[in-house]
Amino acid sequence: MLVVEAKGLKKYYDGVKAVDGLDLEIREGEIYGLLGPNGAGKTTTILILLGLTEPTAGEVKVLGYNPTREALKVKRLTGYLPENLGFYDDLSARENLRYIASLNRIPEREARGKIQEVLELVGLADVADRKVGTFSRGMKQRLGIAEVLLKDPRFVILDEPTSGIDPEGARQILDMITRLREERKMTILISSHLLHQIQRVCDRVGIIHRGKLVAQGSLGELSAVMEKGTHLFELKVSEVTDELLAKLRAIDGVVSVDAEGDTVRIEARDDVRPQVSRAVLESGVDLLELKGHAYTLEEVYLRYFQE
Amino acid sequence: MSAVFWKELADHLGSKRFIIFFFLILIVGGASAYLAAQSLSGTKTSPDYIYLNLFTQGAGGLPSFLGFISFFGPLIGVILGFDAINSEFNRGTVSRVLSQPIYRDWWINGKFLAGITALGIAVASIVLIITGLGLYMLGFPPGGAEISRIAMFVVISVVYLGFWLSLGILFSIIFRQTATSALASIAVWLFFTLFLYMLAGLIADQIAPIKPGVAPDVFVKHESIRDLVLRFSPVALYEEATTAILIPQYRGLGLAALLKEASIPTSPLPLGQSLLIVWPQLVGLVALTSICFAISYVIFMRREIRST
Repeated sequence: MLVVEAKGLKKYYDGVKAVDGLDLEIREGEIYGLLGPNGAGKTTTILILLGLTEPTAGEVKVLGYNPTREALKVKRLTGYLPENLGFYDDLSARENLRYIASLNRIPEREARGKIQEVLELVGLADVADRKVGTFSRGMKQRLGIAEVLLKDPRFVILDEPTSGIDPEGARQILDMITRLREERKMTILISSHLLHQIQRVCDRVGIIHRGKLVAQGSLGELSAVMEKGTHLFELKVSEVTDELLAKLRAIDGVVSVDAEGDTVRIEARDDVRPQVSRAVLESGVDLLELKGHAYTLEEVYLRYFQE
Repeated sequence: MSAVFWKELADHLGSKRFIIFFFLILIVGGASAYLAAQSLSGTKTSPDYIYLNLFTQGAGGLPSFLGFISFFGPLIGVILGFDAINSEFNRGTVSRVLSQPIYRDWWINGKFLAGITALGIAVASIVLIITGLGLYMLGFPPGGAEISRIAMFVVISVVYLGFWLSLGILFSIIFRQTATSALASIAVWLFFTLFLYMLAGLIADQIAPIKPGVAPDVFVKHESIRDLVLRFSPVALYEEATTAILIPQYRGLGLAALLKEASIPTSPLPLGQSLLIVWPQLVGLVALTSICFAISYVIFMRREIRST
């Protein structure tokens, strides 16, 4: 079963394309990492999944519900840890959780036990009655996770759970996430701009860049993609000849050449357009069109995989 | 919605600013009522509606309780509302709360209702304390007509403070900074309590100038234009409405009506008749409050909720 199913998701803010035709599938029980630089559209995508923002176009289903029209059903089953999360500073950790429990209509008596349980789980039980204003950033983050667990969600969305936290704290949080998946069988979506930090816990990752998902798969699959090529070209010629194909294959940096009718798809590690046009001319056919899918995964890869 | 309501109500009642304002009003109101009661206890005339004087009579340089509420009341309404929404944005609690299974309007409705309830509790308890003080000093209980008039006064006051509360909430939605929304609210308060009175006089002087030896109807026209302008202000509406409620002899509104009143007996009116006189003012107050809240509601429902 798919927990998240999104097709052609778009969200424009006054003409700015925050999300631009995003397809996303998250399977039940997996930890999915949504990676991308700041402003790539990660948070917007998450807000759409929760029904907190309406998409301009496209279809979304979360746990089988439409988040725009059945927001309450989605929100009942989904736990969300926002990026800049804040609490009511003048209330204690326990009181903050009690408020969230009452918003979820968890009966008072049941809530008391559950609050204690989740506080122990995240290691905040001994500071439960201290005001949240005195908490450190890492403690607040853990309290946020406690709050997410309070409603026993089937699907958890964590937006930048490790940003602004020291490596040791981040490690603790990530360990907690893996443990939760194993113990509670939850599906988890983690958004982050730090691949090296979260790659350890993710089953699959998707790289989002300028509102589009540019690559998706397990880490192994992604590295395989990297090996194959990073630039994709589409060539239209008057006639596809064997000579042309041979010349194209001979170009340095070309990984694969596929012909289909009068179009040829070329995958390469570099921008080989000058060589391609030369090859077309030399083999005596006419060049009709040469389109480059500026699919600079390498750029994205370098920036996020080796930061 | 009740979860939001109870949390917000607890926040209001426990907040320092609410407590400070509560005691400020209690002290000023109590002192003026005490002085009023002292001057009243000497008189041996008919004790009809004597309790109402506790609220309308200023003494010893202190304003009356009524005047104090109409002038400073707005501040209480505003301080309960001016950071209702934007502080949640600034603290980053918005996305956390709204990702819970609640409808977005429950949140703003709960906040508004909690504010109104806090105001109601404050006004009702202060009025009760003052009445109790009167009971102690005057030595006889208030009559049924007085009690119903005092209750009516409490209701109107809560509606009036509710207008300022919803104005505060509106600004808390429009402005991202709490300081900006507080200043904007105070600007509106100053405009309605001070500048509009000057403006009304100026406009009336322009349209129907009063010169020596001018016909009485010009004078009446001058006053009715002034009243007309003033009735855009919730402060003036509140003052007119409560004056008619707390002074049973009061029959008309504005000086123009007073001029004609020379030939009318000054016996007190029953509450129903007093209400009839100020019905337009009451409807106006309720309408202003509802409009203000409706605007906040619409803006908030369309607001993008990202905290960054």
